[in-house]
Amino acid sequence: MLALIPLFPLLGFLTNASLGRRLPKTVSGAVASAVMVASFAVSVMTVLDLAGSPPDARAIEQVVYTWIASGDFVLDVTLRVDPLAAVMILIVSGIGALIHIYSTAYMQEEPDGEYARYFSYLNLFAAFMLVLVLGANFLVLFVGWEGVGLCSYLLIGFWFKKKSAADAGKKAFVVNRIGDYAFILGVLFLFVQFGTLDFQRLAGMAAALPPEEGVFGALSLATLLLFVGATGKSAQIPLYVWLPDAMEGPTPVSALIHAATMVTAGVYMIGRNAVLFSHAPETMTIVAVVGALTALMAATIGLVQNDIKRVLAYSTVSQLGLMFLAMGVGAFGAGIFHLYTHAFFKALLFLGSGAVIHALHGEQDIRNMGGLKRDLPVTYWTFLVGALAIAGVPLLSGFFSKDEILYETFREGHTVLWLVAAVTSLLTATYMFRLVFLTFHGEGPNPAPSHPAPSHPAPSHLAPSHLAPSHLHDAPPAMALVLVVLAVGSAVAGYIGMPHGLGGDNQLAAWLAPSFEPPAGARPAEAEAGPEGALELTLMGVSSAIAVGGILLASYFWLRRRELGAALARRYAGVYALLLNKYYVDEVYDAAVVHPIQRGSERGLWRGFDVSVVDGAVNGVGAIVAEGSAILRRLQTGSVRAYASSVLIGVVVILGYYLWR
Amino acid sequence: MIPLGHYLFVSAVLFAIGTAGVFLRRNLITILLSIEIMLNAVNLTFVAFGRQLGGFDGQIIVFFVMTVAAAEAAVGLAIVIALYRHRESLNPDAFTALKW
Repeated sequence: MLALIPLFPLLGFLTNASLGRRLPKTVSGAVASAVMVASFAVSVMTVLDLAGSPPDARAIEQVVYTWIASGDFVLDVTLRVDPLAAVMILIVSGIGALIHIYSTAYMQEEPDGEYARYFSYLNLFAAFMLVLVLGANFLVLFVGWEGVGLCSYLLIGFWFKKKSAADAGKKAFVVNRIGDYAFILGVLFLFVQFGTLDFQRLAGMAAALPPEEGVFGALSLATLLLFVGATGKSAQIPLYVWLPDAMEGPTPVSALIHAATMVTAGVYMIGRNAVLFSHAPETMTIVAVVGALTALMAATIGLVQNDIKRVLAYSTVSQLGLMFLAMGVGAFGAGIFHLYTHAFFKALLFLGSGAVIHALHGEQDIRNMGGLKRDLPVTYWTFLVGALAIAGVPLLSGFFSKDEILYETFREGHTVLWLVAAVTSLLTATYMFRLVFLTFHGEGPNPAPSHPAPSHPAPSHLAPSHLAPSHLHDAPPAMALVLVVLAVGSAVAGYIGMPHGLGGDNQLAAWLAPSFEPPAGARPAEAEAGPEGALELTLMGVSSAIAVGGILLASYFWLRRRELGAALARRYAGVYALLLNKYYVDEVYDAAVVHPIQRGSERGLWRGFDVSVVDGAVNGVGAIVAEGSAILRRLQTGSVRAYASSVLIGVVVILGYYLWR
Repeated sequence: MIPLGHYLFVSAVLFAIGTAGVFLRRNLITILLSIEIMLNAVNLTFVAFGRQLGGFDGQIIVFFVMTVAAAEAAVGLAIVIALYRHRESLNPDAFTALKW
């Protein structure tokens, strides 16, 4: 039964990959969406099944087949769904199904073959992502991990005729490879240490060890390597650089892969190995600090970007940073909670931006937008819900999850990190509403900024004949439906994890708790943090104020006094340029890593090693054979008598040797 | 009874004559004849040993050698005729085309 969940999308992939070119668009789109809906239905049944059992026994395992049996080492392809995996399969198949439906309308202008290719990739991605979250050991997870990386590459470079898209795909793949290298090292290291790759057994063994307090031991090293893998997949410092460029892909892809699902794989992986990580406090500190720094840095960059999707991309990086912060302070439940609400509102925001881009025929620069509220009402209102949710306005989903992260961070005593996260929240509210105001409010195109756009012109495969309002059309039905569903989700999804302080009982945290503890028995009695309601309420008040403050700030600068923003940018031109150019991180990486490797490859490996050593060896062997033969062939005279003489001499010599020995 | 050594001596002399013929004569037909002499020298050794040891093995193998020698003579002479038609010569030194 469990195997069906990834098998359905795989079936859709096979259908579209093999027959896609002969199927009309409606059929290939319908097949792709139907398999996702089927997968979602199976997921829901599985989760209901799970919910019916007592909390301690909430796990279903299925051994699909034995993959490797070599001596003592046996590795099964095992799928396992526990409360954590249950949340993930619902997100992946549910949001995935919605985005497939949205895509049927969004990709309508592609030719038949391309359309089927798109859906086959998307289905394949869903299949791998489901394998990733269902895998019961590291190798099965790794198969999914690499598979989603491949699909991400294929989909970022979907419009591969555009050089920037092909380059972005390559960049994503290479950067991910660096992280994956560390990840597989971590997995191998764990195997050497513990002799198993099964999550349950690893957790059990690690639980028996004392936490590596103050020392950097084997567990710390292994988890740190795993975390480096997570920074690649989940776009954290220092490997986040690929995610903003990944926006070259079709917008629904950005929503599904680069916002809702794949990039959260790193967060999921840490949650999956919560026991290992919580026994390595040194690594946890690194995770928390990296998460907080990433959150802050990405938020500051997001404040000045002008491409609608890039703002959302940096927002995603920033929100992922918050999730890692939660993981790092040990609030695994809060991190996964934010992952879950983020999937709703970030998918909604991306799909909303997709609707805008669709309406404007490929225009992505917010400076060329404005006043779209009139013509795109559905898009506007749903986008607004998403923006309110991500800003953390009270009673929407983002409020609960973000607040829980802030609260847990503060409660664990990380005041500085809490401050960083609070500033990030303020910036989040500000840049999101800058986006809303510049895109939807005002009267037509915005005044030009003080600086020309950086090196990312809006893709103009269709020249923007935009902003003749009569041409604008709101989202077609399939897209509008998905937007509305996601908007409802963004509004109410948070109530499942309503904190105690507001009279809720945080069902999600209770549901997830078994996944973060060592298996069966030996569970330390947990001191429930009951009577801190006052602190929680205070912090809640603070974060509500932050959200509202951020929105007001944005409305002041970009709604009422637009010229002030430009003046500010001129006044602090240095800072503005620094942010606009993303702290020059790409340039630094180019200079520090990419160019040395290119130069080393060209001069050292190509001209130095390949030409002189490899080619030299091959040509040298050839030359030696030719020279030697030139001498030896003199022996072949063609004269029978000479041959006969040599036979005679040979016989005499051999016989002589035996006779006079 | 003539002792074994005599047979072997005659055989060795015959073999030496044949070998000398192969290496010293410049006529392909003579060379073929010399090879026949060498073969018969070997045959003589076989029957001499066969008789000395009292079995039939030596005689049997001689029949094989004679059969093969007949075949060899037939093929060899055919090749010689073909070569002669080609070059109007029977000197083996005239045929050195088969080389690098």
